[in-house]
Amino acid sequence: MKPNRTYEDNTHLYGRIWILTALVLIFSFPIAACVYYDAWPGWTPVLKGLLGVAPIFWTVGLIEVITFVPMLGTAGSYLAFVTGNLTNLKVPAALTAMENMDVKPGSEEGEVVSTIAVATSSIVTTIIIAIGVALLVPLTPILNSPVLKPAFDNILPALFGGLAVVYVSKNWKISIAPLVFMVVLFLLVPSLSGSVGVLVPVGALIAMGSARILYKKGKL
Amino acid sequence: MNFNPSSTFLFLLAGVIIVFVICQSLFFLVRAYRRGKALGMDMGKLRRTMVSTAVFTFAPAVSILLGVITLSKFLGLPLPWLRLSVIGAITYELPAATSTANALQISLSSTITDPKVYTAIAWVMTLGIFPGLIWVPLFIRKIQGGLMKIKNKDSKWGDIMMTALFLGMISAFLGMVFSDIRKGLRGWIPIFILLFSALLMGICGLLIKKINVKWLENYALPISMLGAMVFAVFLTPLIGG
Repeated sequence: MKPNRTYEDNTHLYGRIWILTALVLIFSFPIAACVYYDAWPGWTPVLKGLLGVAPIFWTVGLIEVITFVPMLGTAGSYLAFVTGNLTNLKVPAALTAMENMDVKPGSEEGEVVSTIAVATSSIVTTIIIAIGVALLVPLTPILNSPVLKPAFDNILPALFGGLAVVYVSKNWKISIAPLVFMVVLFLLVPSLSGSVGVLVPVGALIAMGSARILYKKGKL
Repeated sequence: MNFNPSSTFLFLLAGVIIVFVICQSLFFLVRAYRRGKALGMDMGKLRRTMVSTAVFTFAPAVSILLGVITLSKFLGLPLPWLRLSVIGAITYELPAATSTANALQISLSSTITDPKVYTAIAWVMTLGIFPGLIWVPLFIRKIQGGLMKIKNKDSKWGDIMMTALFLGMISAFLGMVFSDIRKGLRGWIPIFILLFSALLMGICGLLIKKINVKWLENYALPISMLGAMVFAVFLTPLIGG
């Protein structure tokens, strides 16, 4: 390794090695299953199935990279995009950790904190799921009980209510335009709740546009 | 050969990949921790942040586990376990399985016994969301370079823009909570829960600022989230959701 490589350069190098190895491993599951069971499904069902999801998934995937990379930092991004569950877990975890540590995303300290938050969250999630899978028989009736159902049905409002207080109260001027837009949009077209991922960059663009106007007017 | 979607072979396959991802997380965790030390960061505070992140992760992780259980009814355990531990989310995997089942004109009401149906679903799940793993190495430097340019030109605007980016994301999810409002009072349940979570966060904020309860800083988000989830358990039957 060249001695003049920076920490950031090395993060990119390691990140690429890990993410591309993960890519190979992720493909190894269907390949190994096909070989072991001698059950290649053929092109038609795969392409037909893919047609139903790929256009939206591939677009949202690209949008997620553009939106979340600035928040997660370098190592956080290489890790979070492999471990998944970004909007409901990794991004809020990284943002809250940076807020608690009083560091800014994109700074050297922000990079450290975001990486630690994403890694901790990934390890804990993997362990909890593994324990859950091992104890599936006794756990299923508890987790699927009608009493607990409302708690898990409402995990997103429970999460974003708290997050909103932290960020909206500090930046209420920037928040008004995207918030009003999103509330009105979802009131008018409730079915959009299924594709909220596509609306994240729309909200971001509106927030950045209104912030720019306020900034130019000297109101921020 | 009889096909069992929860076979030892498939468990081993999924297990190896999941262990790899744990190793990746550990690698970056240790590296970032050492970096934090080298930068002279407050390591005690950093460790407390790690603990609070772990606590915060608990409820969403259990909710992900519920997704594994849902998918396991027709896909067996190994594939959902793998997909929701690595790369995926229930919002991706369920539509991918449904889309493939529709294409093959089969029902997902019982466990899959045809290995070709199983592998078709596994392929659609894999091909459906693998591009994210390519976009990151491909675009990360460009995105960060663009951000650096903006920050170097006007650092205050750079910070405001980052904040606006978060607020855009939060706004989209806050707006989504209002989507069921037309269903009458039960459509308001998510809004009440959101407000309750916000109220708990507000109380935590007051306790931190006014009475100086410092330890709460790290636990305010898990407390408000779990508190609001408990509130949902009591509120929903009351309203009749």
